[in-house]
Amino acid sequence: MQISGNSRLAHRATLLDLAPGEEATLAELSLPEEIAHRLMILGFVPGSSVSYTRSAPGGDPRVYRVDGADVALRGETASHIHLERRM
Amino acid sequence: MSDCHSSPSTSVAGSPNGASSGHKTIALVGPPNAGKTTLFNRLTGLRQKVANYPGVTVEHHAGKLHSRTGATADLIDLPGIYSLEPRSEDERVTHDVLRGEMAGIPRPDAILLILDATNLSRHLVVAAPVLSLGLPTLVILNMADDLRERGGTLETAELSQRLGVPVVLASAAKGEGLEPVFEFLDGTLGVPPPAGSPFPILNNLPSMNDVPACRAWATRVSQGAWKAPLPSVWSRRLDAVFLHPLAGPLIFALVVVIVFQAIFTGATPLMDGVEGLIGNFGKWVATTLPESSWRDLLTEGVIAGVGGVVVFLPQILLLFLFIGILEDSGYLARAALIADRTMARFGLQGKSFIPLLSAYACAVPAIMATRTIENKRDRIATILIAPFMTCSARLPVYTLVIAAFIPERPLLGHLLGTRAAAMIGLYALGFLAALLTARALKSSVLRSDGTPFLLELPSYRWPTVRSLGLRLYDRAMVFLKRAGTIILACAIGLWIMAHLPLNHGKPPEIRDSLAGSIGRTVEPVIAPLGFNWKIGIGLITSLAAREVIVGTLGTIYGIESEEDTKGLTAALQKDLTPGGAVALLVFFAFAMQCMSTVAVVKRETGGWKWPVVQFSYMTGLAYVCAFAANRIVTAWLG
Ligand SMILES: Nc1nc2c(ncn2[C@@H]2O[C@H](COP(=O)(O)OP(=O)(O)OP(=O)(O)O)[C@@H](O)[C@H]2O)c(=O)[nH]1
Ligand SMILES: [Mg+2]
Repeated sequence: MQISGNSRLAHRATLLDLAPGEEATLAELSLPEEIAHRLMILGFVPGSSVSYTRSAPGGDPRVYRVDGADVALRGETASHIHLERRM
Repeated sequence: MSDCHSSPSTSVAGSPNGASSGHKTIALVGPPNAGKTTLFNRLTGLRQKVANYPGVTVEHHAGKLHSRTGATADLIDLPGIYSLEPRSEDERVTHDVLRGEMAGIPRPDAILLILDATNLSRHLVVAAPVLSLGLPTLVILNMADDLRERGGTLETAELSQRLGVPVVLASAAKGEGLEPVFEFLDGTLGVPPPAGSPFPILNNLPSMNDVPACRAWATRVSQGAWKAPLPSVWSRRLDAVFLHPLAGPLIFALVVVIVFQAIFTGATPLMDGVEGLIGNFGKWVATTLPESSWRDLLTEGVIAGVGGVVVFLPQILLLFLFIGILEDSGYLARAALIADRTMARFGLQGKSFIPLLSAYACAVPAIMATRTIENKRDRIATILIAPFMTCSARLPVYTLVIAAFIPERPLLGHLLGTRAAAMIGLYALGFLAALLTARALKSSVLRSDGTPFLLELPSYRWPTVRSLGLRLYDRAMVFLKRAGTIILACAIGLWIMAHLPLNHGKPPEIRDSLAGSIGRTVEPVIAPLGFNWKIGIGLITSLAAREVIVGTLGTIYGIESEEDTKGLTAALQKDLTPGGAVALLVFFAFAMQCMSTVAVVKRETGGWKWPVVQFSYMTGLAYVCAFAANRIVTAWLG
């Protein structure tokens, strides 16, 4: 799945690639500072582990479990959150 | 939602502000949905709104607190925060109060920091900036009951050592473990804070700008002293159903249908009961009191006018019962999730959906609730469309007209009848107008890149009978207070105007009275909509509040009819054509007849520009659409 214009990250998987129940470690948030800050406060910090729970009917937004809480975000946002490696 | 139609100024319950001189001020701080307001209500005996989704409290509320030593203090409930850098208007309130920059509220002398014990490692992130304020702080780890049930554990002594401030485990909802809170209050309230603070502040607190460092700190602090509870099995299971691709939307639709059918058929026996009581009371007054103008004022003005509105109390309470269940259970946040895709298509995000849903109760608290929307333009767009949502004041008008003009027939067996379907149609009409207006605004004057939708989903909780009961009680009080003030005043004023000018000491025909001539002055303007001068009077009085039109018509027909038992429904059938009836419904769906809403929009948008635009737009739309509706229905019925 090709996302941002950032070629260094292009080969990396994003939150969108996770299958339901799958867990992974976060690598980087290629989002504007303001949004990245809010995501990090909600738990999306590089190095922490995130799992994909399920999506709302119709596939969007998606619910991710991070640090013990369920957080919903749109696929559009999830596609800019890069993963370290699968676990 | 008890603040519906209270004055839109910041409510300061308990103490009139300024009484701060001898008092200490204590602030309740913590992340959203941690239980701050639950604790506030328990400590002060007040009843501010509590519900199970983040962002319920959006302004500060003050209450009196009595310590056991007899000292009193002002306790301030604040909106939830994720950090001390405000990103939205509600977070700004908390920020300003903590810095002592909020008018009328002195800088807090101490802090009760409420964190959710089942979510400690993430909630601790807020602790760092709050502790670095250097104020005496008690950390209250709330939801002890939930933590215990799901097998989590906590070492308060260890955490206290690591944080350098006292830490207690408590349950605000159950009232458990609050003893140390009182001890802390006794300590802070009793003695002036010593110079060498007994609350050593850790100097290794991370800076809030460095979120990863903050989170690392939070993890370090909680590690070993906190065992995370198991994820709630129930929340998992319920989400699997409520967010299921097929079952989810189906349940959503089913809930809507059941709510409306229940509001129509379920409330009917109770409403008939109330109506019978009021009718008998009116007759009793009419036969007991000697004949006089006072008696007529009482029967025709007050009893017919106010009584006509009070009849709708059971229905409105039923609506609020359903809203309460949705809000307390945690389903509301899921509904926002399901709605997000639709909202996105109209340029809004799921976060706007929560204020819009609370607008089903009343637009005033809904407009306040938009404070949680970070993006300024999104927020204004949501404020502008909120009054299109069908608020509970429209319910009496809709019910009355529908009952008079639409015969009840089953559509889906017992599940759905024609009247409930018509009601759903009107709610849908308001929602559609809101969405289309949002689209128009968001693709022109209020265009923005938008902040992405981010929502923390609360765990499901059982709504308690107690909390639902209190909600209904508070709601009934608000409703009766309205009936006893604004609706009563309108009824009396109207009755007097309907009896002036005296002609040889006798009141004129209502047509020729002061009220009648006002109605007949506006008649040419509203005649194209299918309304006569009586409806005209109703439209004018309903500017005070929508449901006043029901009372007004009650008074007019009360004066008119000889043997005052014909009932509002029968009278309406005589006065309105079917085209006019549909036009009236459409007019009420779109018009912004609510002065409290205008006032709160002015306050929240900081000027007259938006309320004026909004009022003109909504009234214009109401007029044009009502005109079209009247024409179409009349032509269609031949
Ligand atoms: N099980 C349990 N639930 C609680 C407890 N305290 C509060 N709650 C529930 O948690 C939810 C949130 O409570 P509120 O008091 O509205 O939380 P708040 O911190 O004021 O939330 P915001 O105003 O949104 O910042 C409600 O559903 C409460 O009933 C508790 O001790 N135990
Ligand atoms: Mg609150």
